[in-house]
Amino acid sequence: MKPWQWLVALLTMLRRRARRPRGGGSGPDIASGATAPPSRERIVPAGAPDRRAENLVLVLLGTASLFALGFIVVYDQFSSGALPDQLLGICLGMCLLCIGGALTVVAKRLVVTEELEDDYPEADPEQQQEIVEMIHEGGSRFTRKRLLLGAGAATGGALGLAAMTPLVSIGPLWDTGPLDRTPWHRGLRVVDEHGAPMVAADVDMQTFYTGFPEGANMEDLGAPVVIIRLDPAKLELPAGREDWAPGGILAYSKICTHAGCAIGLYRNPLFPALEPNNALVCPCHYSTFDPYTGASVIYGPAGRPLPQLPLMIGTDGYLRASGNFSGRVGPAWWAVREQPT
Amino acid sequence: MMRFTHRARSSLPRAVALLTFVALAAAGVAQAQPQSGIVRPTTEPSTPSVALGAQLFAGNCASCHGIAGSGIKSPRPGAGDIPGAGPSLHNVGALAADFYLRTGYMPLGSIHSQPGPEQERVLFSENEVRSLIQYVASLGSGPAIPRPDPGSASLSDGQSLFLTHCAGCHQIEGRGGFVTGAEVPPLQNVPATRIAEAVRIGPYEMPRFSTRQISNTDLSSIVKYVLSTNRPDNRGGWSIGNLGPIPEGLVAWWIGAPLLIISCRMVGRRRRR
Amino acid sequence: MSDPIADPVRFIDERTAASPLMRKSLRYLFPDHWSFLLGEVALYSFMVLIATGTYLALFYDPSTAKTVYHGSYTPLDGQTMSAAYKSVLQLSLVDKAGLLMRQTHHWAADIFMVSLVMHLMRVFFTGAFRRPRELTWVVGLTLLFVALLEGYLGYSLVDDLLSGIGLAIGYGVGLSIPVVGGPLMLGLFGGTFPGNTQFFSRMYIAHVFLIPALLATLIVVHLALIAARHHTQFRESRRTTNRRIVGVPMFPAQLPRSLALMFFVVGILFLLGGLAQINPIWQWGPFEPWQATNGAQPDWYLGWLIGALRLMPSFDVTVGHWTLIPNPFWGGIVFPTVVVGVLGSFPWIERRLTRDRRVHNLADRPSDAPNRTAFGVAFLTWVFLIFVFGAADRIFVLFGLSYNVQLFAFRVGIWVVPAILFFTTRRWCRALQAARATEETREQAEHDVRHPQPARTGSG
Repeated sequence: MKPWQWLVALLTMLRRRARRPRGGGSGPDIASGATAPPSRERIVPAGAPDRRAENLVLVLLGTASLFALGFIVVYDQFSSGALPDQLLGICLGMCLLCIGGALTVVAKRLVVTEELEDDYPEADPEQQQEIVEMIHEGGSRFTRKRLLLGAGAATGGALGLAAMTPLVSIGPLWDTGPLDRTPWHRGLRVVDEHGAPMVAADVDMQTFYTGFPEGANMEDLGAPVVIIRLDPAKLELPAGREDWAPGGILAYSKICTHAGCAIGLYRNPLFPALEPNNALVCPCHYSTFDPYTGASVIYGPAGRPLPQLPLMIGTDGYLRASGNFSGRVGPAWWAVREQPT
Repeated sequence: MMRFTHRARSSLPRAVALLTFVALAAAGVAQAQPQSGIVRPTTEPSTPSVALGAQLFAGNCASCHGIAGSGIKSPRPGAGDIPGAGPSLHNVGALAADFYLRTGYMPLGSIHSQPGPEQERVLFSENEVRSLIQYVASLGSGPAIPRPDPGSASLSDGQSLFLTHCAGCHQIEGRGGFVTGAEVPPLQNVPATRIAEAVRIGPYEMPRFSTRQISNTDLSSIVKYVLSTNRPDNRGGWSIGNLGPIPEGLVAWWIGAPLLIISCRMVGRRRRR
Repeated sequence: MSDPIADPVRFIDERTAASPLMRKSLRYLFPDHWSFLLGEVALYSFMVLIATGTYLALFYDPSTAKTVYHGSYTPLDGQTMSAAYKSVLQLSLVDKAGLLMRQTHHWAADIFMVSLVMHLMRVFFTGAFRRPRELTWVVGLTLLFVALLEGYLGYSLVDDLLSGIGLAIGYGVGLSIPVVGGPLMLGLFGGTFPGNTQFFSRMYIAHVFLIPALLATLIVVHLALIAARHHTQFRESRRTTNRRIVGVPMFPAQLPRSLALMFFVVGILFLLGGLAQINPIWQWGPFEPWQATNGAQPDWYLGWLIGALRLMPSFDVTVGHWTLIPNPFWGGIVFPTVVVGVLGSFPWIERRLTRDRRVHNLADRPSDAPNRTAFGVAFLTWVFLIFVFGAADRIFVLFGLSYNVQLFAFRVGIWVVPAILFFTTRRWCRALQAARATEETREQAEHDVRHPQPARTGSG
């Protein structure tokens, strides 16, 4: 049986069960079926009226209306700080809860709750077979079915590719160079967040600074560095970085190599004999880096040290970069190179 | 008047709720050392004096900070069997003494514990604190107690300075936090002077900010912002701790979800036996 | 004299011939049990999200252009911020009812995810995903994970301190995908983080159109599949069988029930939105990539990912100076993929393991399937423990439990605790099963004594 036939059959069956006459046409006589003689069996069984429940519904709906009006009044009277936002929420929320309550009373006490049975729908192997046959037979005139289907699929793919091509414009999809570039280069002055150049002699120990390349976009992930000064005698920087920290002043990328958060935490022991040693910490996943040893990872999930920016002190006393970072800045990517450009 | 009992952490009862971590809690609490009593002169003068400070220092502080505050670099037997080691107090000034004594960070229960939230209890009387401050100030030419002026400072400057220098550890609303190896205290109900002192000292693992980096004007702004976090603008209603998504998730699961289930059970039916 | 009901019915039927369908729909049967309503709760939360979200869109400005704020909120007066953040500040602090709508929207998102997860657990532990409802399960699961992305984009659009940190982590996790991560993230962001000027427009169209449209489509498909196959039911009486559904009809009994639930859900959400502060963005302040705050967390439904990122031991897979697989890939990509994969393929895994290919219209009690229930408990516990570790720093601040000790305990515990729970749950289920079998034998015996044989054969 076709689904519509099935539906009609079901409908007929239900109607027959309800013993209602099948209306042939339209007309006022059918419309007046609402006032049908009591001899007809009802579809929805009858139940006793419940005036108290009706009263309860009326009270709840009335309360809801009052809350709704209250909402309008509060909104109207409300100016920043005059009446708290909470009143608006209470009015609207209580209005909705009252309506919900009224509907619950309707459901539990005013409408008949029937418990009916029905068959679970089942799969129909006969119709499945018909569909399969129809599709096979509909395509029986094709002699090179595979070839044509293949051609169709290939064309679809080509069109799909063509349709996707404009998406390439959204960003530098082919050129991953931006991941490797930073604004730093030799001689660039280090400035603070207000753009003032940093004087090397003013860099204190025991604290940390955020530095940026002069004139560059501060939001560039390759821009911000955290600057600290440590005892030069205690530094154990990797080989080749002997002159990267003039006067013990170190600059590391402020962007965590794990997931790109800012290294906003500097651990600086007041009494190093007993307290945990200096560290740069990321607050997102607590990757911890040792500034003495080139920001190697000493705790947390980061897989690479923070890239170090080589520094020099200009003849004018300003802090300057003497090159680019020791490694790629920011979170790692497949094929990340050791040295940025 | 003085109680020597170690104040139990008020949050401990809440920990019980986290049954999973009870075993861990025991391990954490076990680290805390019992506090030895304060040694006092038998007849204590009623007015603060350097002399009283010196006596109290010799009895209670010298085991770690050395004779006349000269410092002890590495752990070695101090008073009794407690190992002592502590920084020199020459030139730390009244500022540092005021901070550590009035926060109750000193005297420390154990040299291995963090001076901070765990130790917060003042063991000296006001008279004794003043004497000790005078004595420590006399040990060199250290800074005086700062006098921040939040009244005339800029709240907005304070917010952005706090974000740049402090929020990484203390959380943007000053609710405290965690740095690997250290606990970061929340800043609620901390007096203005304490905040200013901490910025200039850099206690425990905190960086130390000089007047060159954070001017006294800026410091007043920061203090003003921190004080404002005592009563943040919670116009959205119940603040749930001003901590962001974690308490919000707890409310969604422990208040939202039960209300929804109650709604479902009002509307739907329970399983029949 | 016209009948106010008959006239519209006739009008519609004459023009659509839909009477058979309407007639059938009105008597569509709903097996009645409160736990079957959890999915409806999610549906109503979604409706609230659409309604409040539309309101918010009337005020929001998806622009990262820098402006200076001069408004009523003094702690941010004179600060430079994006136009996006400023528009949300204005909406929250000045526009009437704006804060109520924003907070309700955010609570609705949190509650939407809560109800989806509760619904998922109900379906899983009652075996309602089995044949013929595997597609419904897969569509529902897709819905859950698309909703995760939708929520993430939603709070990222605000451009406050928390959302900026969240975006940075999302960028880092995206970059970690081998081979395609770099080009993919550069494409999405229009450059490196924090992205070019169009990035917020892209997130915006995704958050207010693309993903909601996808979610709405998935919801329609999900509901259509349920209607086509009908709801499962518990075996409650001799009338409820695998072939016969017993329930209350859509009209008149179910309609006021569902509407009542809808009003309850919407009411609860507006009460939460009015009374409980959520994401007070004015307190967080504007975001810049070099700024950080302690305790930055994602919304709860992404907490399992921050937990996984924090739990991972420190390593990148490298060859010489070349990184192959960066660390966030494991916690941020592999872990959720495993969770989706296991849940998504579970109907087929179970079918293969139990060799049970039958059609199941009767829902199991959890104890009916000890292996499934034990596995579900273990698997959810695994995810839950990783989720809890995402809050380890706050657990440390609140309860003083060393982060390091927690890290160690969780690295062990996420494997040991689920394993223990698997075996204890299975034993418990089997004990319940045995107890029930004894009880049923006893009842059957009593029944047989009271009703002699012929009474039990006539059913059909």
